[in-house]
Amino acid sequence: MALLWCRMNALDVGFTEAAVGAGISTVLMLAAVRRVGRHESGGGRRSGVAPALAVALVAGALLYGARDMPRVGDPGAPAHRAGTVAQHYLAHSMEDSGSPNVVTPVLGDYRGYDTMGETTVIFIAALAVVLLLRQAGRWPRGPRWKGGAQ
Amino acid sequence: VRRSTESPIVRYVARRSVPFIQLYALYVLGHGEDGPGGGFQGGVIFASAFVLLALANGWAYGRRAAPARVLDPLLPTGCMVYCGIGLLCWLAGGAFLEYAALAFSDDPHAHAHWRHYGLIGIEIGVMITVSSAMATLFFEMARPAQVQAHVDDVGEEVGRD
Repeated sequence: MALLWCRMNALDVGFTEAAVGAGISTVLMLAAVRRVGRHESGGGRRSGVAPALAVALVAGALLYGARDMPRVGDPGAPAHRAGTVAQHYLAHSMEDSGSPNVVTPVLGDYRGYDTMGETTVIFIAALAVVLLLRQAGRWPRGPRWKGGAQ
Repeated sequence: VRRSTESPIVRYVARRSVPFIQLYALYVLGHGEDGPGGGFQGGVIFASAFVLLALANGWAYGRRAAPARVLDPLLPTGCMVYCGIGLLCWLAGGAFLEYAALAFSDDPHAHAHWRHYGLIGIEIGVMITVSSAMATLFFEMARPAQVQAHVDDVGEEVGRD
């Protein structure tokens, strides 16, 4: 994936993909697997037809939608047309904030709210994990509210 | 993750790599304006040094290098740095996150400068939250079963194996 992004000259995204997609999430996945065990527990054998159908439907819809995507580097693509914000960002980011890498001002300046929300999402994710997993260690017999709150 | 690797070479190399990885993370952070990189990537790389430490030397060893009492307060700190810069801009008379307002002048050059500083500021905020969040996610998910919550102090006993 990282190489694919680099191929499309999106070095920032490729960098993130390599660090997060290949690095951290692999480790987190392994940690999660080690925590919950490698085998499914109980539940019996269920038919795989419905999930397979759902997957096929979504994949079909995505493939159908992908036919409308502009070709890579197509000058007529919506992002490359004159008068859009993308053109404004490309033309003015250097004088606006003195930053040669246009990605950084787009993320941090023009789209500052987005990045703030993104940071908050990460904070909340860590918060949720801390709350869930730390409490799980503290109450070995299940959460307290099961018996106490009635 | 629970126990450390047998090989002393792996453990030593992992320990010695940490400062270099983290220095590189800071470089990625600082380099974000000129090339690929920025707070998010820098934060992830910074946190990965702790992951390496824990993988090679055992969970408790890594957790002692990045204890919860340090990481937990850092989680909201990054968000607060970000929002704080936004609020400062607002107090300075601009819109929320309008870094140019911090220049207190009409000179476009000063505006560009302050937008640059604002960018660096929020990137630092992003990095603080991302690195502490990634390390916290890892340590909480990989915590060995026998280590109970609020672990920093328990780490001592477990670290001995």
